[in-house]
Amino acid sequence: MSTVAFSIITILTLAAALAAATLQKLMHAALSFAVMFLGISALFFLLGAEFVGLVQIFVYIGAVAVLIVFTILLTRHDTEKVRGFNWSGVVVALAVFGGLMWAMENTKSLLIGPLQIKPLTVHRIGELLMTSYVWPLLCIGVLLTAALIGALILVMEDKRE
Amino acid sequence: MTLSIVLVVSAALFCIGLLAALSRRHAIFILIGIEMMLAAANINFIAFWRFAPQPAPPTGVMIAIFAIAIAAAEAAVGLAMVIAVYRHFRTTDVDQLNRLKG
Repeated sequence: MSTVAFSIITILTLAAALAAATLQKLMHAALSFAVMFLGISALFFLLGAEFVGLVQIFVYIGAVAVLIVFTILLTRHDTEKVRGFNWSGVVVALAVFGGLMWAMENTKSLLIGPLQIKPLTVHRIGELLMTSYVWPLLCIGVLLTAALIGALILVMEDKRE
Repeated sequence: MTLSIVLVVSAALFCIGLLAALSRRHAIFILIGIEMMLAAANINFIAFWRFAPQPAPPTGVMIAIFAIAIAAAEAAVGLAMVIAVYRHFRTTDVDQLNRLKG
């Protein structure tokens, strides 16, 4: 795990996140959002969770980013306007960041380096999903089905009018 | 690279997401902010699994996988709601959505 790679990925991710949060044009923000998730996936690869990184790329860049772009295009008439910015949100975010930093500063057990680990293979993840985590897996299946049906019903045209 | 550095990165990402969710008026930006906060939580799960005393069961990785699935479902329903609201009110500005009776 090299420090240089970690710094580059971190700077890229945080810059893209800041751009996604503050850019005025929605389409640019959506693209920065995709770049940010690419950076987070790289961070997962660096931390040794390759499968989660790949899932992150598939789900977020492949599905969620495209979904956001589609929504922006479908609500296009409304996205052109310049909107106000609520500065009290900045204060709250900075206060939360300060609080988190204070808590981390006062926890001495966090200053540990990475240990040597056995690589986590997809085989092992699949085994765990089918044994210890089979009930959460089934619940996720039900949740995704419910979300699919719910999203369809929400955007269905109302023919009764 | 220590655990605290990764936690600082995740805290910064969480606060940027909070900033997007709190201070933008557009509904899609609020969803983007929520997705950022969920991703920051996932980074924490992975980091605590990676820096734990070995051998540790990969609980953090499993939770991150399930969290990604739930976040995807949340994004789909949230964006469907944005489209439904836009169709009804002709706006996605959350400050103008102040009527309960449609």
